[in-house]
Amino acid sequence: MSGNTSGDTSGNTSGNIRLLSDTLARAKSEDRAALIAYLPAGFPTVDGGIEAIKAVLDGGADIVEVGLPHSDPVLDGPVIQTADDIALRGGVRIADVMRTVREAHAATGKPVLVMTYWNPIDRYGVARFTAELAEAGGAGCILPDLPVQESATWREHARKHGLATVFVVAPSSRDARLAEITAAGSGFVYAASLMGVTGTRESVGTQARDLVRRTRATAAGRGLPVCVGLGVSDAEQAAEVAGFADGVIVGSAFVKRLLDSGGQEAGVAAVRALAGELAAGVRKR
Amino acid sequence: MPSQYFVPDPEGRVPDAAGYFGDFGGTFIPEALVAAVDEVVVEYDKAKSDPAFAAELDDLLVHYTGRPSALTEVPRFAGHAGGARVFLKREDLNHTGSHKINNVLGQALLTRRMGKTRVIAETGAGQHGVATATACALFGLDCTIYMGEIDTERQALNVARMRMLGAEVVPVKSGSRTLKDAINEAFRDWVANVDRTHYLFGTVAGPHPFPAMVRDFHRVIGVEARRQILERTGRLPDAAVACVGGGSNAIGLFHAFVPDGGVRLVGCEPAGHGLETGEHAATLTAGEPGVLHGSRSYVLQDDEGQITEPYSISAGLDYPGIGPEHAYLKDSGRGEYRAVTDDAAMRALRLLSRTEGIIPAIESAHALAGALELGRELGEEGLILVSLSGRGDKDMDTAARYFGLYDAGGGAATDGSVEADAAGGTAEIEGDAT
Repeated sequence: MSGNTSGDTSGNTSGNIRLLSDTLARAKSEDRAALIAYLPAGFPTVDGGIEAIKAVLDGGADIVEVGLPHSDPVLDGPVIQTADDIALRGGVRIADVMRTVREAHAATGKPVLVMTYWNPIDRYGVARFTAELAEAGGAGCILPDLPVQESATWREHARKHGLATVFVVAPSSRDARLAEITAAGSGFVYAASLMGVTGTRESVGTQARDLVRRTRATAAGRGLPVCVGLGVSDAEQAAEVAGFADGVIVGSAFVKRLLDSGGQEAGVAAVRALAGELAAGVRKR
Repeated sequence: MPSQYFVPDPEGRVPDAAGYFGDFGGTFIPEALVAAVDEVVVEYDKAKSDPAFAAELDDLLVHYTGRPSALTEVPRFAGHAGGARVFLKREDLNHTGSHKINNVLGQALLTRRMGKTRVIAETGAGQHGVATATACALFGLDCTIYMGEIDTERQALNVARMRMLGAEVVPVKSGSRTLKDAINEAFRDWVANVDRTHYLFGTVAGPHPFPAMVRDFHRVIGVEARRQILERTGRLPDAAVACVGGGSNAIGLFHAFVPDGGVRLVGCEPAGHGLETGEHAATLTAGEPGVLHGSRSYVLQDDEGQITEPYSISAGLDYPGIGPEHAYLKDSGRGEYRAVTDDAAMRALRLLSRTEGIIPAIESAHALAGALELGRELGEEGLILVSLSGRGDKDMDTAARYFGLYDAGGGAATDGSVEADAAGGTAEIEGDAT
């Protein structure tokens, strides 16, 4: 059984990279930061996850990242590890991730990205994955363990299918490296606010502002937006980050609300409410 | 004077500048680690050509580790291997009891050169953890060791050794709670603490430059063994045999023999309860190419790229990945890899103990079982070199339970007869397991 056959049956259906760029541009024109939410597919169930993601978008998120759960999420803290584990034990498959993208986008018209580790895509087949994601209405991918120097094949397929390649930059990234990344990336740049894995934090690191400034300097010619994630969990932190970034990315705080809720209905209400609070936060810069 | 014991690859054909051994290797790491990994590339490159580094490492390898390690012929054991001559490269006699110290001392010196004050490491059987804790004690470095919770139980002696040496041992409770998960947790720590921390990776996997650097530090195993066996027998062996989990002792043994086309390079992977049961960790035999822990190699995974949980009675081989250079050797045909079950390894462990008075680690016993098979294939003219990568003290609880050696209630007993390998049928030692 080979997972590497191309299976590229959807021709050149274009993904929604344009919608992603337009959404970020509109937020900028409204003098605010965009709110980008993250939730894994298949958590707590495939249908339950779709409902929660729709609620987050309805509640005020501009963009959503759908996580494709991985058995070895080395960049995730305990909260997202737990959610991934629940999703995988529930048997989530890549077809379920695609359905999640499709339904979230179809219901809201908003840009939907996929965030995952490289091996699932490598194994599934890059051509097949990008074709299916574009066909499902996806806008692009964030692949935090695929550094720019290993990304040529991915980028070729993503470009062909109209999908953004969102690279992560870190406080440890040197300026020359930032220039390489902003030259290769598309959609936006994901600036990690601190050195560490995903998870909620008491405060947003002071390194974030400096990283955004340095990244913008290298991306100047391209106008690539710089969005900040890792550790942002409430409206106050969102407002703080919105003061210097083009977008605010929140993941673990949403996942935690679902984990802590008594059931599906309460969980959906809780993430919708959080999206609303954060949406107010990003408008308070 | 050129260094005697720090003997990095003089040819340097693989990996290429991007860290690729053919299709395998590379650098699949989060951006947060790129600067730190680049620093290791640069510093190792400088150290490799610095005579002062080689001299200091050589001195440690001789006066601290006890190199060169002995080459021991084992005729009574070989009597069960079809009459072939068998020699063991005794890495078990190194300080700390395994080959792991070769790499650890090299990277500890590198840590000091980089000005870092803290070391983290993963460990499966605890041998790499013990070696790392030892080097940290020697160099005055802070040390944190990540170890799967299951492994902390089956290798409790080594947990105590690491703590005695002053290291913090963190039992990892995520995933399969074995080596793979210990590495995940070590990466998470490294991302958060990279400024002052070196990840002293314990095998020939991980992102570039670890596969090449760790290989270079272990190359001494094969360089010494090649010289020793030529002196003793006047010829090269027909086969060099080693166990493979991540593959560090195997690459260390094999590498000096790669240009010797007549020497078969045989890696023995853990077949656990048997390949057909799915409960094994035979990555090259049953895996597919993929990316795990920073590089492309063979990986045990499902059809959608989720890593599957490995199993082996040996904590040190219980890993769903394998170093990229082994993938390269396999695909190029230069290396051959076979799978050895728990039972065959345990029989070989007992056989070596009772015929030669050497108790091997369960990891190394996989190579011994492979040597028994190979010996029968080669016949009386055969000459086999085996890497005895570690000693078995740490495994006595597992072995005692397996063989029913405890006086009462110590675990499932097996029957008392010792068979080298049922399939071969050449060897049987009657013995009472108690």
